Amino acid sequence: MLDDLDRRILRHLQRDPALSVPELADRLGQSAPRLTRRLEKLQSGGILRGQRAVIDWRALGYEVEVSLRVTLDKTQTRAFDDFLEGARGIPEVLEIQTFLGRVDVRLSVIARDIAHYQHIYRRKILTLPHIADIEALMHVARIKSDEVLPI
Amino acid sequence: MIEPDDTDRAILRALARDAGQSAGALGRRLGLSQPATWRRIRRLQEAGVITGRVLDLDKEKLGFGVTVFLGVKLATKGRISLEDFERAVTAIPEVQTVEHVLGMYDYRLRVTARDLADFERVLRRRLMTLPGVGNVEANVLLSEERRPGPLG
Repeated sequence: MLDDLDRRILRHLQRDPALSVPELADRLGQSAPRLTRRLEKLQSGGILRGQRAVIDWRALGYEVEVSLRVTLDKTQTRAFDDFLEGARGIPEVLEIQTFLGRVDVRLSVIARDIAHYQHIYRRKILTLPHIADIEALMHVARIKSDEVLPI
Repeated sequence: MIEPDDTDRAILRALARDAGQSAGALGRRLGLSQPATWRRIRRLQEAGVITGRVLDLDKEKLGFGVTVFLGVKLATKGRISLEDFERAVTAIPEVQTVEHVLGMYDYRLRVTARDLADFERVLRRRLMTLPGVGNVEANVLLSEERRPGPLG
């Protein structure tokens, strides 16, 4: 069970994951050894799994980002398995999410420009198996993206 | 924009999985010295390719059992209503991401909640009362995979 100090640690780290243990200890008014023990406990409990770098694909020349909302032909028993396996093979697919709702699967796809997107869409996406319908949302701007949990 | 070479791409792949590893440990695996690895990471940060880090938390273990994606269509549009909506929606703690999109919806929101009852509370009290909200579509997240992207 998390106590108040655990929650404060996670709140601070979510806002600034690059904080060192001494910096974090200083902000929370705790000793560094105590904080290290807490962090180890959060890691061994599987709560704090690690951290990952955020890549801005635009800075690498990928100007287009499209969210593809896919409905699958569920009369095919392997619809999800086959579709997901195919989608994993497309390098430009950044995220694959499955849903309960009107949409079955969502793919986040990036491309260098519209012509490149059209190529990926026609040659790689539309050839994926068991697609019943696709809707596209073109990404304009990220207003909030920290993905912070309200701990 | 920078054109990354194979080593840069290997660094990006590794840091996207685990940003906590030291430049020394990463360099050893790639056959680079610690200072050379560090210089490359710095250059990728300065070029805006690496914009920061996020914690990888087990949200279920923290009690956030439900993630819902909402497609939101605004009922009234205009510069003022977009700004009002964006200001109000980003202030809601349960709203984790807000994307402005073009298509059948204007915004795409990622919302986290403890369970479906908690989500309903957030939806009714906070989201449906946002300025200018029109049509809303909700899809409950079942699974999620992040892929390495075109770094191969």
